[in-house]
Order: sequence, then C-alpha cells, then structure tokens
Amino acid sequence: MKPPPFAYRAPESLGEALSMLAEHGDDAKVLAGGQSLVPLLNLRLARPALLVDLARVPGLAGVDQRAGGLALGAMARERTLERSELVRRLAPLLSAALPFIGHPAIRSRGTLGGSLAHADPAAEIPAVAAALDAEMVVVSAGRGERTVAAKDFFSGYLSTALEPDEILTEVRIPPFPSGMGVSFMEVARRHGDFAMVGVAAAVRLEAGYIAEARLALTGVADAPVRAVDAERSLLGAAPDAASFAGAAQAVAQRLAPRSDLHGSAEYRREVAGTLVRRALAAASGRAAAHNLQGDLEEGAIP
Amino acid sequence: MSGAGDTISADEIITIELTVNGTPRLGHVEARKTLADFLREDLALTGTHLGCEHGVCGACTVLVDGEPARSCLMLAVQARGCEVRTIEGLAPEGTLGPLQQAMWENHSFQCGFCTPGFLMQITALLAENPAPSEAEVREALTGNLCRCTGYQSIVRGVMAASGAAPGGG
Ligand SMILES: Cc1cc2nc3c(=O)[nH]c(=O)nc-3n(C[C@H](O)[C@H](O)[C@H](O)COP(=O)(O)OP(=O)(O)OC[C@H]3O[C@@H](n4cnc5c(N)ncnc54)[C@H](O)[C@@H]3O)c2cc1C
Ligand code: FES
Ligand code: FES
Repeated sequence: MKPPPFAYRAPESLGEALSMLAEHGDDAKVLAGGQSLVPLLNLRLARPALLVDLARVPGLAGVDQRAGGLALGAMARERTLERSELVRRLAPLLSAALPFIGHPAIRSRGTLGGSLAHADPAAEIPAVAAALDAEMVVVSAGRGERTVAAKDFFSGYLSTALEPDEILTEVRIPPFPSGMGVSFMEVARRHGDFAMVGVAAAVRLEAGYIAEARLALTGVADAPVRAVDAERSLLGAAPDAASFAGAAQAVAQRLAPRSDLHGSAEYRREVAGTLVRRALAAASGRAAAHNLQGDLEEGAIP
Repeated sequence: MSGAGDTISADEIITIELTVNGTPRLGHVEARKTLADFLREDLALTGTHLGCEHGVCGACTVLVDGEPARSCLMLAVQARGCEVRTIEGLAPEGTLGPLQQAMWENHSFQCGFCTPGFLMQITALLAENPAPSEAEVREALTGNLCRCTGYQSIVRGVMAASGAAPGGG
C-alpha cells in the first residue's frame, strides 16, 4: 500500500523543528530513519498531517566521548554505531546488540533515537539503554531541555516519556567500568526478525567473584525489563553454573510475557531463563579474560 | 524549506534534485511518494522491484550515498541531494558488470523478481568487504528474500564474484 497524504518539512535548525512540533502538536510526527514510521504510513496505521524530518538539523548525529562515557546523537544511524570503534570500546554491549537489528539495509537508515522513541517491546536498543543506565536528553520549544533516565523513559507498549512536542536529541551513556564482560543473545523466528526474547548481560569480576552484574531483557513485556533482583542476587557469588541458574530462575519467575503467533508465554519464559543463563556465562567468561589481560599488561603475571 | 507558522498542505508538490546513477535528476513529487515509486514512475527506472512495501523482502534495495536502503521505506523527498544507485547503474545498457556476469554464470537467479535487490545489496557488501566469507555473505543477505532458488546458487555467485572482482560489480 501507499502512504496517505501528508505535508513534509525538513527544518535546518533544531529551533525550527521544535516550533513546528509546538505549533502542530499531535498532528505532527518526527521522521528519523523512517524504518518504523514509513511501514506504518505504507500500511496506513499512522496518518500524521505533517512529517518533520530531522535529517537536515545539524548536530544530532554525533558519536562522541564525553566525561569518560558516550554522548550519542539521536540521529546517529544504527549502522554507523555498529561500525564505531569508540562505541565498541565505551559501550561494548551496544555494539554486541546492534547486529541483531533487522538487516544491513535497515540499519543503514534506522537511528538510535528512532528505536528508543518508537520503543518496540521487542527492540534491542531499549534493553541495552536500560542495562547501561543511559540518559535521554529531550528538548521542547516551551519547556527547554530535560534529562530522562532509561528506567523512567519507557512507559509501556510503544510508549515513552516523550511528549508530542518533544524531540529526543542525545543519548548519554555513563562510563562503563573497565573489566566488564558483555553478552547480547536473542532468539527470533528468523535471523533479523524482532526478538521473541533478547537478553543483555554485563558482568565484572573481582578476585574471582561477581562484583557487578547488569541484566536486561527485551520481548518479554511491554517495555524493556531490568532484572535488578537477579543482579543483586549475583553480587559476591561465584561465576558458576549454580549462580547463573539461580539468577535465571529468579528472572523467569517474575516475568509475565505475552503469548502471540510466534510463541506462548510459557515458551518465552523458558527461553528467557535459558538465555539469561547463557548470557551470564558468556559475559563472565569475557570478564575473566579481561582480568587476565589486565594482569598481563600490569606485569602481575610474568 | 519554509519555517514554522506556515500553513501546511498535504497535497503540495515538492521539487527535489538528486543524482541517480551518476546523472543529476529533477523531480516534482508529493511528500508521500516513496523513492521506489519515484524511480519507477517518474524516472521510468523499473528495474527496482516492489514486493512487500514494508521493508521485509528487500526487492526494492538501492544504494543511497553508497549504503543499501529500502526504497519502499524512504520518501523521495528524503533523497533530496543524495546520490542514488539502482540496478540500471551497475553496467551500461546491454552489458553485464563483473558481479552480474558471475551471478549469470552460476545460475544464481530463476524468475528474477528478487534479483535487483540482491545485486544492490551484494554490491554494497563487496564494496565494504571485497573478500567475504560464506558466513558473511549469508549474514549480509538475510534481508533479501528469494522464493525460487533456495539461496545456494546466489551465495555461490557472490563467492565467485568476490574472487573474480574484488570491489564488486
Ligand atoms: C524489516 C525490518 C526489520 C526490523 N527489525 C528490527 C529489529 O529486529 N529490532 C529493532 O529494534 N528494530 C527493528 N526494525 C526497526 C528499526 O530498528 C527502526 O530503524 C527503528 O525502530 C526506528 O528508527 P528510525 O530512525 O527508523 O525511526 P522512524 O521510523 O523515523 O521513527 C520511529 C518513531 O520514533 C519517533 N522518533 C524518531 N526519532 C525521534 C526523535 N529524535 N525524537 C522524538 N521522536 C522520534 C517518530 O516520530 C516515530 O514515531 C526493523 C525494521 C524493519 C523495516
Ligand atoms: S518492497 Fe521494499 S522491502 Fe519489500
Ligand atoms: S529468483 Fe525468483 S524470487 Fe528470487
């Protein structure tokens, strides 16, 4: 099918874009990479009166190091982030998750901000944002700038803290502790499909025990799930099969996933537990390798 | 583009300039016209095929500033100022480029509906990675559906092309 008629503007400054949204409110929609919005237009599931294309607003696509962490422009393309050495170094969990998004031709147009603003319950980036405690910088003409923590950003099925007159401009990722091992795993019907279940895990070891753990899931609820209880239960534990199985059970018990065409709730819960176990093991293995590497570099091991 | 405070109208005609297969082109389009429809209807470049029109099949894949993109998920107005490459730009009319030749020799395609999308996606792959492994080829082609071949002959064609012509067709 073809999109219904709409007006189109491609403002060349953020101020101009914001005043268009302020003026047209609910009738307007921001256009980023179009990889979620244009299918909705083609299927006529969305009928905005005005599209405000952010492609020509300068300064929204940066990939920068700031205060030891990352400042990523909302319009940074998924493919650009996937190729970025800086992202691999400062947010390896994001690098690990990006190849799971659709296909190369989708990632070459789709943006970081678009994925977060769209907030598909099975999308990868929102789970990574939750695991990394990312902060969303959001701007409007009337109320200026505010910062929203990932845990407050996702408010439900395809919905976020963004108001219709607001633009997500930047995503800040705090400094990532060195020595963290990461893993992103997912099960999907076909390669490139949205996840039935996806797990983002990060682990840091000290003296052979778990000193820090991060765990977030996608595809198992209306919004990404940060498994704080399971994270806490892992602190001080040995990175072994029993600890991972315990965490997996804790996560699976608390989930109430949807049943749909692709899988029942029971199946999703089972897969979530299995993936949590495997992702924690993989992340711990990498953390141990980092520590060994660190010791070698410091000359602690001759 | 006009600023805030203007009246918006859904049926205004927007003028765009872009480069298609190396040639500067001018278009007058409704905002809702996809790049795929612009190429096919306004520029008569019907080599770009439309299967699903929601990003799943890959038949409409073209290169935009060198990167593969779904032309069914891009509005023509978004391509303003861009360099677009389509299947018609791979080799002069009536001839085959090295990638096309390799695919031809390996009987890579049957009905041909998916062919333009595959060739553009493969062109992008080989430009970035001139000697991909078979796993990398399969990974790069996950977003292109073929209902005839079972993919084996396509992968074989790409492997042959990458050996024969680093950099791609
Ligand atoms: C075939 C196919 C497979 C896909 N598979 C996956 C997958 O496996 N995993 C996955 O996560 N995604 C997948 N996607 C979606 C893809 O990742 C999208 O690119 C992404 O979800 C949206 O990003 P976008 O830049 O294209 O946003 P758009 O489509 O342009 O916008 C999406 C929504 O966000 C709003 N928006 C965008 N940017 C901003 C901003 N800066 N401020 C405020 N609002 C904004 C828009 O108004 C719109 O409502 C797939 C898409 C396709 C077509
Ligand atoms: S027609 Fe564009 S992806 Fe199917
Ligand atoms: S050759 Fe017929 S769809 Fe691919």
